[in-house]
Amino acid sequence: MTALDKSVQEAAVEHEDLEHADNDKTPLGHGRMLRKEDPRFIRGMGRYVDDLQLNGMLHLAILRSPVAHANIVSIDVSAAQAHPKVKAVITGADLAAQGLAWMPTLSNDVQAVLATDRVRFQGQEVAFVVAEDRYSARDALELIDVEYDVLPPVVDVRKALAPDAEVIRTDLEGKKDNHCFDWETGDKDATEAVFAKADVVVKQDIVYPRVHPAPMETCGCVADYERVSGQLTLWTTSQAPHAHRTVYALVSGLPEHKIRVIAPDIGGGFGNKVPIYPGYVCAIVASLVIGKPVKWMEDRTENLVSTGFARDYVMQGEIAATKEGKILAIRTHVLADHGAFNGTAAPIKYPAGFFGVFTGSYDLEAAYCSMTAVYTNKAPGGVAYACSFRITEAVYLVERIVDCLAYELEMDPVELRKKNFIQPDQFPYTTKTGWVYDSGDYERAMDVALEMAGYDDLRREQEEKRAKGELMGIGVAFFTEAVGAGPRKDMDILGLGMADGSELRVHPTGKAVLRVSCMSQGQGHETTFAQIVAEEIGIPVADIQVVNGDTDQTPFGLGTYGSRSTPVSGAAAALVARKVRDKAQIIASGMLEVSVADLEWQKGSFQVKGDPGRSVTIQDIAMRAHGAGDLPEGIEGGLEAQICYNPSNLTYPFGAYICVVDIDPGTAEVKVRRFVAVDDCGTRINPMIIEGQVHGGLTDGIGMALMEMISFDEDGNCIAGSLMDYLIPTALETPHWETGHTVTPSPHHPIGAKGVGESATVGSPPAIVNAVVDALKPYGIRHADMPLTPSRVWDAMQGHPTPPI
Amino acid sequence: MQVPAPFDYERATSVDDAISKLERLGEEARLVAGGHSLIPMMKLRLTDLEYLIDINDLHDELGYVRVGVDEVRIGAMTRHRELLESPELAAVFPIFADAEQVIADPVVRNRGTIGGSLCQADPSEDLTAVCTALDASCVIRSSSGERVVSMEDFHRGPYETAVGQAEILTEVRLPVRPGGSSAYAKVERRAGDWAVTSAGAAVWMTDGVITNARVGLAAVGPNTAGIPAISELMQGKPPSEELYAQAGELASAACNPSTDNRGTVEYKRHLADELTRRTLRTAVQRIEAGLAGDEGGNR
Repeated sequence: MTALDKSVQEAAVEHEDLEHADNDKTPLGHGRMLRKEDPRFIRGMGRYVDDLQLNGMLHLAILRSPVAHANIVSIDVSAAQAHPKVKAVITGADLAAQGLAWMPTLSNDVQAVLATDRVRFQGQEVAFVVAEDRYSARDALELIDVEYDVLPPVVDVRKALAPDAEVIRTDLEGKKDNHCFDWETGDKDATEAVFAKADVVVKQDIVYPRVHPAPMETCGCVADYERVSGQLTLWTTSQAPHAHRTVYALVSGLPEHKIRVIAPDIGGGFGNKVPIYPGYVCAIVASLVIGKPVKWMEDRTENLVSTGFARDYVMQGEIAATKEGKILAIRTHVLADHGAFNGTAAPIKYPAGFFGVFTGSYDLEAAYCSMTAVYTNKAPGGVAYACSFRITEAVYLVERIVDCLAYELEMDPVELRKKNFIQPDQFPYTTKTGWVYDSGDYERAMDVALEMAGYDDLRREQEEKRAKGELMGIGVAFFTEAVGAGPRKDMDILGLGMADGSELRVHPTGKAVLRVSCMSQGQGHETTFAQIVAEEIGIPVADIQVVNGDTDQTPFGLGTYGSRSTPVSGAAAALVARKVRDKAQIIASGMLEVSVADLEWQKGSFQVKGDPGRSVTIQDIAMRAHGAGDLPEGIEGGLEAQICYNPSNLTYPFGAYICVVDIDPGTAEVKVRRFVAVDDCGTRINPMIIEGQVHGGLTDGIGMALMEMISFDEDGNCIAGSLMDYLIPTALETPHWETGHTVTPSPHHPIGAKGVGESATVGSPPAIVNAVVDALKPYGIRHADMPLTPSRVWDAMQGHPTPPI
Repeated sequence: MQVPAPFDYERATSVDDAISKLERLGEEARLVAGGHSLIPMMKLRLTDLEYLIDINDLHDELGYVRVGVDEVRIGAMTRHRELLESPELAAVFPIFADAEQVIADPVVRNRGTIGGSLCQADPSEDLTAVCTALDASCVIRSSSGERVVSMEDFHRGPYETAVGQAEILTEVRLPVRPGGSSAYAKVERRAGDWAVTSAGAAVWMTDGVITNARVGLAAVGPNTAGIPAISELMQGKPPSEELYAQAGELASAACNPSTDNRGTVEYKRHLADELTRRTLRTAVQRIEAGLAGDEGGNR
């Protein structure tokens, strides 16, 4: 036996042990269990796009604009073309000749694949090189000579609409300014009337700065066009493979059935992998032109400076209340920076995403929001970065402004929130902006959090510390999310309805394959979805294989973002399993020679009512469905089903978060001491996975609240182009997370589950900022904007908190 | 993946070999030790070189901490981790353990070296401040022999040192005087980030009176003379909060920070003051406790 054989055998044995250990604890359905995908990822055996090696594969690198705004005077590619390892150099002019220089964005705008006459943000794609290896491709980029005629950049969002601002979108016919869109929701007049009668009105400017999803794996793809068959296969970092396939068909003119999009393992998405980026299109064009597979992988800088950012909302919040603390109305105006192209990933009817839920968890008399979106010389995007389509911004706004009201009323922030919560008997509750919250018990979740945190003791401790000059802050935030888009009647991405297909096939031996349209980027779908099916059909989780990410292998659906996997695809998985179970019941009635009505389902088998001795297992039924012998009349062989689930409403998870911080009065450094997170996402399929998602989102919240920001200098240079400049938190900044939960099932979801993937990212930034501002109360501070770096906290302590932009 | 431009690579087998390679390959050659600054700069294509001379095989020759009676000698290839984990060094200069705990992260500390840090001369780099506080001198070798320079002469500005093209820093020498201790403190936006501002202080006392005090700052403009005004102020006086405050003011006035994403000029000046006070206080407390000790100023 060779050493290699031995190690393989040992690994197999070890793996088996692991599986046994798991199986002992594995629930037959919902419950705590380790993830099925863990052995693969923990052992470094994940297979990502950049792991793919194909025969004859070439490498593509993109030349990007070094300036934010300029006309392109000339491009000389001759030296690059002369590089011995270079196969092709393509410019915008070359693409324009094929009608491929522009592509649609996810918000019905257009974006340049390669700039033709003008660059509009630093990092914009200008040309690409295809070479034999990635080193040569990068070397050749330095041989391309571009002459730029620099234009004044529009960097300050507040000046984008100034009459003298340079017009960015000269490509749009007749465009005379940098206006992108206006949007409003709620009742302006009714809100004005309520504000007029209120005892107390509090106004606050609140900025949610531009941040970046920064997934560990950057974006990339391998495009392989087979000239003989006319088949294009694209391995790509996509959160929505089916939607991408359709868009590629529409852009390239290739027939959709000849396009196969495969998303292999994905190293984090967070919305960054929802849009279609120019690099993907460039790789496809390169493979079409050269007839060989072409790989493009971004480097870290490219990912940070050019791909979908998030947030960038400059908000004015106003809240009206009685002097007793009854909140009457909330009003806001938002100035939204959409960068050079409107690439926001959101359902088409919702240009501001689901920002309309800015009314929060409170029972209001009126609400109104107006928004102005503008173009600037910054990277396009505005993605659903773990934000459920802008709910992060909405929740931050309402939870900050409510704290501002508490400050002015000198009221405890918990008491104020409790006084205004939507009550359990008010659900389903229609908000003043038209959202129908499905279910909730807010006060119960808040009470669990208060109990876990020991809130009263914390307040006492704070009082003692303040007397000694120490700075301790307690921040409270309560959020309601809206996740799980569709319904398809209201929600689509580029005309594609947001409904999800699912297919379940049970093999003769009782093992099953579930095919889903959503796409895991690390969420644990292979486990969660197997558990959903196991719960419905009684086949062990280990016996259910979940397939996702390959458009040739899975039914159509819109992918994974906005916490929609469990609300939409999860519902589809449960319903397709029930459909298979219904058929299994008919087959069982034949096997047991009783009527269908005389059978009752015990998870995993049908038994004759009143006669537990007579039963057949789902595995027996599967063999019968494929075996010899007759089946009940009208029943086809096989045991499989397919459905497409169109949700009737979103699901509305919620949570109560409490954060405790200590601030060093001498250095202004913020230390998050404790964080209590109580989440209610309805039925909990795998609590371990939920806790993992919550831990991740809370860490993300620390990043945004304390350190993350994509910033620009006055020339429009992005000064967050590496992870030394764009900081993301480490384990050292995070406390031991204290998680808790309540369960309020969704009434319309087949298993009562709500999405949870983004809850903690939504809920944690306001809790942390509220805690910091609470700690700074002795300085008379009511608000300070993120990111609360030591320098910015110190500014606040000097009495002049400054907005980050 | 970021990839560097083409370059040639050679491994040096000894200090003399490294020097002869530098002489042979000329201006376009650079030494690489831990590589945690140079390699990223190459991959970002911010630095252009033709030859990389790897001196990691010189760790046997230049990786050491030798604590003598009146001097500590540290070889230029000594890794951050070795500085962090040396009890002998912590016993005389606790400032090293303080600083090394907050320099980058364990992965960087496993490879990065004191020589590399000093020669890279990043304006936010910590060990220059440490060596400044300790009144270090640097040994530079070339084919014509060795020369010894003070920190003030060694550090010429951002990314610039006294080390010439065909020269190599071989050793850092730190004088040991009785009755002294030291401390280091750093404010960073996040663990592993470069300093917003750092301060290192070394204090020597006899019979309850300060005989000398030196302060080195990082990330707030060059300061490699230990801020003589602080030495003058504190010499001959017993330690007190008032004295630390005065020293802090001098440090704040002596530095020359600029506003960037890490902080404003005002905040950095405030930190120079605050951290100077803190490190002086800790150093004096350590002397009074009769130990150099290992309880860092950052804890």
